Amino acid sequence: MPHVAHPAFLVLGAYGTYALVGLGMDPLVAGLLLMPVFFLFGLAVYQFYYMTFERRGSDLGVRGIAFFFGIAFIVQVGLILAFGVDQRMVEASYIGTSIEIFGDVRIPQRMIVAFGVALALTVSLALYLSRTFTGRAIKAVAQDEGALRLMGADPVRIKRWAFGIATGTCALAGALLIIVGPVDPNLDRLYIGRTFCVVVLAGMGSMSGTLVAGLILGVAESLVLASVGTSWAPAVAFGILLAVLGVRPAGLFGR
Amino acid sequence: MKFLFGALALIGLAAAAPLFVRLEYFYFAGFVVLQFIVLATAWNILGGFAGYVNFGTGAFFAVGAYSAVALYKAVQLPLGLQILAGAATAGLLGFLVGLLTLRLRGIFFSIATIAITIILETVVMNWHYVGGAKGLPILRPTEMPLYFTNYTQWLFLVMTVIAVLAVATARYIQTGWIGRGLRAIRDNEGAAECSGVPTLKLKLAAATISGALMGAAGAPFAQYLSFIEPSSAFSLNYAVNALAMPIIGGTAHWIGPVIGAILLGTVQQVVTVTISSEMNVLVVGVMLVVFVVGAPEGILGLWNRYVLKKSVP
Repeated sequence: MPHVAHPAFLVLGAYGTYALVGLGMDPLVAGLLLMPVFFLFGLAVYQFYYMTFERRGSDLGVRGIAFFFGIAFIVQVGLILAFGVDQRMVEASYIGTSIEIFGDVRIPQRMIVAFGVALALTVSLALYLSRTFTGRAIKAVAQDEGALRLMGADPVRIKRWAFGIATGTCALAGALLIIVGPVDPNLDRLYIGRTFCVVVLAGMGSMSGTLVAGLILGVAESLVLASVGTSWAPAVAFGILLAVLGVRPAGLFGR
Repeated sequence: MKFLFGALALIGLAAAAPLFVRLEYFYFAGFVVLQFIVLATAWNILGGFAGYVNFGTGAFFAVGAYSAVALYKAVQLPLGLQILAGAATAGLLGFLVGLLTLRLRGIFFSIATIAITIILETVVMNWHYVGGAKGLPILRPTEMPLYFTNYTQWLFLVMTVIAVLAVATARYIQTGWIGRGLRAIRDNEGAAECSGVPTLKLKLAAATISGALMGAAGAPFAQYLSFIEPSSAFSLNYAVNALAMPIIGGTAHWIGPVIGAILLGTVQQVVTVTISSEMNVLVVGVMLVVFVVGAPEGILGLWNRYVLKKSVP
């Protein structure tokens, strides 16, 4: 599925968190509360996509991509209209403080929180995909839809479920995003690069590869940030992405 | 023959426009609409005919614009040569993008074109000769060409010529063997290759021509605004518009992008003036989704179905 709107949903999640924090809520709680909402939203988006494109068999080629591109664009402009182009950030007890590990090395507490939650989220998603029945079915639908149908499972239902989970994850990931740093509506273009860079570098469908690829990208970005300068940082994710796509589209851990 | 006379008449009209249209804004807005006709037509050569969705229109546009600016700053190159230079460098970029199609199809090709846009934007941001992220003011030539008294009117005529050339190129491609080959690639690349269609050659040609036309559209950009800076030259708006206009107009025929560009370009100008510039961007996104969902063949498809009563285009 040519889902280029995923990063836009991520930024939407960050702004949803921002709005709820404005009502006096903790950003993590806000992210968790938004998850079911986003899950339902994801179900609805997929259902619409299925009704209008997949069922007619017109999802391939230009139109499916254009649809998601248009959705991403509407989300982005909608956010600009609702919140303005300024950067937004949130307040919480663990934001703005840091923990001393040893000597002068200090780690900001918000980073530890974000790291912990992100790791927990990734691990639980990986476990879900490899251990549960539905999770395995999601992996199966990516491999061979026809075979799944022969096994008596409904690929559409499973894809809808997967799309819902992916979108629900965006809510919590968006909360983490705004905990780590300020957010603005144009961020999704950058995250298209980061998201696809990690996914492609890892190899499609490899969850453990995703962790490694995310780590590689993070380290590479910080290295460039520290050594060459901030103005070159946006090119890192896209540079790696382009190199991987050009040399080994299967990624590091792909089959 | 009819097309040739129509094209010449259009250029003649644009050349004579200063005689009967005095309103400055007409040329200012008309230039933008013409620019979109070129971009949409160029996008359609690769996206509509061959089915490779390019999200990197901004990159080609900006490469054309910045090539022109660099050469103008260095040797005061005249406008005609600036356009040729812009088209040449953007065409080269198009050739490289065409090589990517060897390995990448569908969404991965599209993502790769976004990657190219961001990387080039970062490079230009750090290229201080052309102003870097701050941008660079451009002084227009003080002597007016031919009988013109206003440089924007002259640019309007130049853009009309580029637009006519772009549409003529698209029409030539569509009606000839190149177009048949590209359509075969769009419908089934493997089958086309097996039937002896030189797929790589055709894709490279389409990508190069498409890129060169986008670069030509971008070359007069800095002269038009008297200023250039990366985030407006590489703007995502070009990518969205160049994609939305052919899809709204209809990708199957060369006239589709022209209809889409005129319609959407005019609507955007009106919305920008009467409501706000954010709203105009929203209009494009909403119209794109509405058409992709409701009228997959675009305005041309609606026309064929409801006016000509043809079921299959």
